[in-house]
Amino acid sequence: MSDPVTALKGAKGTAGFATVTEIGPVGMITLRGDFANKAVVKAAVAASGMTFPEQRRCATQGDQGMAWMSPDEVLIMCPYAEVHDRLENLQTALAKHHALAVNVSDARAVFRVRSPKVREVVAKLAPVDMDEAAFTIGMFRRTRFAQVPAAFWMPEADVIQVVCFRSVAQYMFDILNNAAKTGSEVGHF
Amino acid sequence: MLTIHCPNCGVTAEETEFHAHGEAHLKRFGPGSSEDDFESYLFMRKNPKGVHFERWHHRYGCGKWFHVARCTMTLEVFGSYTGQTSVPPQQIIDTIQDRRPDWVPAQDQA
Ligand SMILES: [Zn+2]
Repeated sequence: MSDPVTALKGAKGTAGFATVTEIGPVGMITLRGDFANKAVVKAAVAASGMTFPEQRRCATQGDQGMAWMSPDEVLIMCPYAEVHDRLENLQTALAKHHALAVNVSDARAVFRVRSPKVREVVAKLAPVDMDEAAFTIGMFRRTRFAQVPAAFWMPEADVIQVVCFRSVAQYMFDILNNAAKTGSEVGHF
Repeated sequence: MLTIHCPNCGVTAEETEFHAHGEAHLKRFGPGSSEDDFESYLFMRKNPKGVHFERWHHRYGCGKWFHVARCTMTLEVFGSYTGQTSVPPQQIIDTIQDRRPDWVPAQDQA
């Protein structure tokens, strides 16, 4: 079997006030369905190993997690090697329900940005209120970073994790590093 | 710059996270309709100076559609409401009439 290759082969940018690292590959499953249907929620919980996320929130634990994407969509994250098994179990559990589950692991790129000033990096790129009181750990936000769609959350106080389409991975890496350029600190947060 | 609220996911953000898709509450005229009705359904749009209802799409967010009532002259946003309706809800009408006492909803016009 061929080895999975991430879009930027684990590129790392350390020149600025934040460290930008492409991580992954990360196992990702998109699940769409009616979450008023308990069977769909139950299947999502079983496949992710996480509790079902509240609106605009994300629960992560080690390598696995589940994020609220929209009223009828969640993103299940897991180790890359487990994605096929988890998807198969999910599809078995959903066989009799109107739902859609797809492995999107290779369609995505994931970045980790670490800095005590990481909120500044996001605030320069996304139309999101990054005040400490407004965006807190556990929240999950779909938005845009400069000109491309992205989703992000804060696993820790000085870390953000960004998911975007694989085709714009280089662009995302470049804008994150640019927003973290030494000397460009705004000092707002 | 408008600040828009998405009733589907609860996000409030500036307009670049969204996309406006034109006049709301159009009545569809399809096969079998008159040429005049079909033409106006396809091409004729209101262009008011003042209160306006629009369809919006949370393009970079949850990907869902909804409606926005706003003023094209002052850029005041009166509110957002569900996409699953063919008329603005009473709460939105009340808000607009509070801010624009002279304004009359289209469905109440003679
Ligand atoms: Zn939304």
